[in-house]
Amino acid sequence: MIRFQNVSKVYARGARPALDDVSVDVERGEFVFLVGASGSGKSTFLSLVLREQRPSRGHVYVAGRDVANLSAWRVPSLRRQLGVVFQDFRLLQNKTVYENVAFALQVIGKPRHVIRDTVPEVLEMVGLNGKEKRMPTELSGGEQQRAAIARAIVNRPQILLADEPTGNLDPTTSLGIMRLLDRINRTGTTVVMATHDDEIVNEMRRRVVELRTGEIVRDEARGVYGERERILPDVGRSPVLDAPGSGTRVVPARLVPQPERRLLPDRQPLADRQPLERRPAGPAFGEA
Amino acid sequence: MRLQFVVSEVVSGLRRNTTMVVAVVLVTFVSLTFVGSAALLQAQIGKLKDDWYDLVEVSVFLCPTSSLAPTCAAGEATDEQIEALQAVIGTELSGEVQQVYVESKEDAFADFEERYPDGYQGTQLTAEDMQASLRLKLADPGQYGVVSDVLSGRAGVEVVEDQRAIFDPLFLALNRATLLSAGLAAVMLLAAVLLITTTIRLSAVSRRKETEIMRLVGASNLFVQLPFLLEGALAAVAGSVLASGGLWLAVRFLVTDWLEQSVSWVAYVSEADVLAIAPLLMVVAVGLAAIASFFTLNRYTRI
Repeated sequence: MIRFQNVSKVYARGARPALDDVSVDVERGEFVFLVGASGSGKSTFLSLVLREQRPSRGHVYVAGRDVANLSAWRVPSLRRQLGVVFQDFRLLQNKTVYENVAFALQVIGKPRHVIRDTVPEVLEMVGLNGKEKRMPTELSGGEQQRAAIARAIVNRPQILLADEPTGNLDPTTSLGIMRLLDRINRTGTTVVMATHDDEIVNEMRRRVVELRTGEIVRDEARGVYGERERILPDVGRSPVLDAPGSGTRVVPARLVPQPERRLLPDRQPLADRQPLERRPAGPAFGEA
Repeated sequence: MRLQFVVSEVVSGLRRNTTMVVAVVLVTFVSLTFVGSAALLQAQIGKLKDDWYDLVEVSVFLCPTSSLAPTCAAGEATDEQIEALQAVIGTELSGEVQQVYVESKEDAFADFEERYPDGYQGTQLTAEDMQASLRLKLADPGQYGVVSDVLSGRAGVEVVEDQRAIFDPLFLALNRATLLSAGLAAVMLLAAVLLITTTIRLSAVSRRKETEIMRLVGASNLFVQLPFLLEGALAAVAGSVLASGGLWLAVRFLVTDWLEQSVSWVAYVSEADVLAIAPLLMVVAVGLAAIASFFTLNRYTRI
């Protein structure tokens, strides 16, 4: 579904490459965590998939297309097969939840009846039914992220890219978002999630690709986040997350020791347990 | 859906940027008024030429009794010389000259008396003081040079004169006014392009979040840019409509209702001419917006 072949990305001549000879394959339907310190190349990885950047060297294949050589006018059709979720939600503040989700379909020219049918369905799936008319400011962080996820998946993309989707959320809310992403993944959508959230990665036990200074240093099928000291040497053991644009930031909720906090009652990886909501895996969530 | 969406985006964009949009409308209004004025001046020149060139002729002044011209050394032009000239005109200039009219000294005096019934500046003149001439009506007034070449220097011809030369200073003045108007128009058009560029840029920046989402969900380039294009174009077209309206009013009240009443023997531009250049102004307006969009959109709403 996503294939990086010896991909390097250099932003400025002479600078250290953001990605250095990276080769990785993501299969259809996989759930992959992308971990690494800030500046390790996670965001570059995602922006290459989105064709916001072109690789300096190597090839990037997304859904069977050579993204590096994709002409500009074909980029929109590539992006219609991708959904993106960000740490800061990026909802349009002057539109309601419904309008935000509908916007994604309107701007690609979907007919009105399709929008009328699909949007409520997706809002229900992400657990926002009854909140269609709320403005983003009237929602909690978790609800805003659900709305953003609804917008990302409303066009039934093959791939969902999530750039630290839980970075702004408290642990309980993060759990809900992860359950949602897991459900989306079970419908056949490939999910690539860049994250610093070690607890989530450790609980989910999915494939983990670790980047360090632009190189892949680890690729485990059922990986854990790894040791904080090693991945985030500047931060160390203290549970501190970084936020975009502000370097590192302390998240007060994480400062409280929570020894008993678990995402799930047992230590089983999420994938091996009962799905949160039993749905037969299919090509798209709406068809289940 | 698409159309409705684009229209609502355009409306919200225009509303968000009202002051800038008003500025664009006004600047295009002024600049296109200059463009339109230049066009109307040229139309006026065309009308005067059509009108007057039909009336004016080439005068072949025949030798009077005392002339210093070498061709007139033999004294006043004789009937034979006049006939010879007419023969030349009939043969060598048959294509260029449509009509020949012989104005005798008596005819000239009759004209003179009609114009100055009380004598000219106190002197009483007679028919003998007048000069006989051949008045030639040309098939194409532009062929004056050929006629002059053939007839100048022949015996009995003192001088060949193109009456069109009388109008040259007027046309020169009108042409200079056109140039001035076009020059001002060029400066104003540049200002309009810059202003539209800035407006589109502001609009694009204020809607950056929307366009970013549009790009990410795979909206086509055209779809992302169309609202901005339309905003610029709409403002510019509004300016052109105002300019056409302004010119129409100017022609109506200054030319039709005033000039035409006071100096009625001249053909003037009319409201119909304004309507004829209105589409041209609109095309210029859309062109301005297109140029401005071209330079802005690729930078601010790139995929």
